[in-house]
Amino acid sequence: MGDLMPYIMLAATLFLIVAMAMMLTRLIGGPTLYDRLLAVNSFGTKTVLFLCVFCFIIDRPDGIDIALLYALMNFIATIAVLKFFNYRALTVDLGHLPGADDENLS
Amino acid sequence: MIAAVLTIVMAAEAVVRETVNAGVDVGAILAFLRDVVTIISLAGGLFFVLAGTVGVIRLPDFYTRLHAAGMTDTLGAELILFALMLQSDNWQVIAKLLLVAFFLFVTSPTATHAVAHAAYKAGERPKLGRWRAPSLEDDT
Repeated sequence: MGDLMPYIMLAATLFLIVAMAMMLTRLIGGPTLYDRLLAVNSFGTKTVLFLCVFCFIIDRPDGIDIALLYALMNFIATIAVLKFFNYRALTVDLGHLPGADDENLS
Repeated sequence: MIAAVLTIVMAAEAVVRETVNAGVDVGAILAFLRDVVTIISLAGGLFFVLAGTVGVIRLPDFYTRLHAAGMTDTLGAELILFALMLQSDNWQVIAKLLLVAFFLFVTSPTATHAVAHAAYKAGERPKLGRWRAPSLEDDT
């Protein structure tokens, strides 16, 4: 069964590519901004998984570092885009905004 | 109680020694078990990821889509990374995969919560049947 394992990993990458392509339809045709953000976030998670499995197929585990970086960057990008579309600026101090209800954000 | 446990342990040890003495390759059996667990975990993770994707496409409402994607992505990612951890024979690779799994486990629900909160604050309303959405004035 050890010889079979690269083919199983290859099938897993194909499944992940299909899932990413399906998520792209929601990303393009999502009615609201938040649908698109959700699609981008889920697409990023699938990209991390795809990178990890692909590094196992080509037997070079260095790419897992890139997957780790991508996971962190994906989260920060989601939060940054949310903040930008909420306040129309990225330099807003969230703690001292007059309209920000701090107790509800926690 | 302790005697019972000791008896079971001694019996298991005897069974293992007997199988090793009989010429059965225990390492091959363990490798086979590892591959079986890997395949089961990988298939489960792929099922969850695909189910979340189909839910994001098919469900009628933003909050239901969020519900479909948020949980299945976390569990599917953890299962797939667990399968990869079983297949790797290098401890550095296992440590990196553990880091990836930890960060995904922390950041994926946080991002889902942030998106849901921002949508709720922006006035996005869920589609409901008989029930009404809670109004923004009630909780502020």
